[in-house]
Amino acid sequence: MNAVAESRGLGWRLVQVFTVLVYVFMFAPIMVVVILSFNDSQFGGFPMTGISFRWYAKLMENDAVLRAFQTSIIVALITAVICSALGVLGALALVRYEFPGKEWINTILIAPALVPETVLGVGLLLLMRWAEQPRTLWLLVLGHIMLALPYVVLVVQARLIGIKRVYEEAALSLGANRIQTFREITLPLLMPAVVASLLLVFTISFDNITASMFWRPSGVETMPTQILSMLKVSISPEINALGTLMIIVTVGLPLIGGGLARYLARSGR
Amino acid sequence: MAANPQTAAERRAPWLLLAPSLITLVLLMILPICIMFVYSFYEFVTAGVEKHVYTTANWREFFSDSYYHMFLWKTARVAAITAILCALLGYPPAYFIAMTQYKHKWLLLLLLIVPFWISFTIRTFSWIHILGEQGVINVLLMKTGLISEPLRLLYTEGAVIMGMIHFLLPYMILNIYVSIEGIDRNLISAARTLGCTAWQAFYEVVLPLSLPGLMAGLLLCFVLAAGSYVTPDILGSTRDSLFGNVIFDTIMGQLNWPMGSALSIVLLVLLGIVAVIYSRFMGLSRVFKGLGA
Repeated sequence: MNAVAESRGLGWRLVQVFTVLVYVFMFAPIMVVVILSFNDSQFGGFPMTGISFRWYAKLMENDAVLRAFQTSIIVALITAVICSALGVLGALALVRYEFPGKEWINTILIAPALVPETVLGVGLLLLMRWAEQPRTLWLLVLGHIMLALPYVVLVVQARLIGIKRVYEEAALSLGANRIQTFREITLPLLMPAVVASLLLVFTISFDNITASMFWRPSGVETMPTQILSMLKVSISPEINALGTLMIIVTVGLPLIGGGLARYLARSGR
Repeated sequence: MAANPQTAAERRAPWLLLAPSLITLVLLMILPICIMFVYSFYEFVTAGVEKHVYTTANWREFFSDSYYHMFLWKTARVAAITAILCALLGYPPAYFIAMTQYKHKWLLLLLLIVPFWISFTIRTFSWIHILGEQGVINVLLMKTGLISEPLRLLYTEGAVIMGMIHFLLPYMILNIYVSIEGIDRNLISAARTLGCTAWQAFYEVVLPLSLPGLMAGLLLCFVLAAGSYVTPDILGSTRDSLFGNVIFDTIMGQLNWPMGSALSIVLLVLLGIVAVIYSRFMGLSRVFKGLGA
């Protein structure tokens, strides 16, 4: 370890500077959106002509945006609950049981994260066409469940591996059945992962645009597709305000959730 | 793994637990891809109408029309450039985060996760404010008098690549970070005591041992870049469309389902081949790890 520390000369400095620059690269454009959302100017870009909240006020009167927001929230909530439930059960099977074909099953469960979203988008749409079903909001929900499932399985799997089997075996040997054991022992220990996957699925669904462009029912916009269609018209300052609000929702929620989970874990045990 | 012999109910349990997920994926992913395959052999009549008869017309059109080959080639080129630039930009930060003794290392890692929470659409359009005519770069250059006319930075292939790097870089950094973090530090110390310079220790020990993560990052970035169509849509001109845009236009614009199906199969198969070649060498479990990080 010492040899490593001593050797930190010029090369290490360069790496350090480069790292800072990369972080600037990742966050500067987003900061610009936030700053511009307070711009008083008629136009969405620079220069700043004064500080104002009027684009936020205007946003609150924009019915299309409010409708899209509502749609996205509903879809994301339903998706989060169903997808997390499916993922927890699946992960449980993969970690706690041995069975033939496990590798294959694992690959299938992860596949939606590797198959291009465009292909998944076309595929589901074709299924609806083939089955002669209309596109409804449920199509968005089902599609988002498929897209988010791999992430739930991965997150819950990682946590399950960390939970020792002895707790469950103790409960079983003391006479609890499988379901009781799950409810009383496994699930409480798994709670942080469940909360994490709920939040993860919520943001994946809320944020999805590529596949949602295919799946949304005609005339229905989700938040990202609404932004995209607004961008096609003009780069209005309202988009910056909208972007800032969305950043607050999607970054704030997981941070609060993570903090809360940590707090609960500390005070609970 | 349980010591007691498995009963029939025990054996059934994992399948019951897996059933909901598997049914969902078979119904929503595998069946649709099969339907897609069948549709690619249907005959296109007019927008939104196709005849359910067997024809290879769509496939012949795909293999003979240079229009599609051009887009396919461009998509591969743009995705490869994006992936390689991500690797070059992503390696040093990953190395830094893994090796630093800075006590707020968790903050650096958290900041890598935060972009995943920020809407992809917003991250992409934020580049309009950087590269556009009224964007930061042009405004600054005009103010300092270096240029008199705004440069055309936005709606170019460069802008599309920039947007994709911005979105893919965290994937790359996390993948490389995980593999550097897993390297036994004693190996580096040993190399140093045996007379390696810091650079040699990096080149001979750290770099080879981090290759699996680097390759996983490259694969992930390439696949995600090659499949994208929203980034070119927002940051590119019509000339910068990628294969995904062609698919979208064919299906949502021209309502040509058979051709759209054929093109989707092409994208799926080509990216599948890339993934298979990769997994021959590295094993896909790496990528799963990278996704879960």
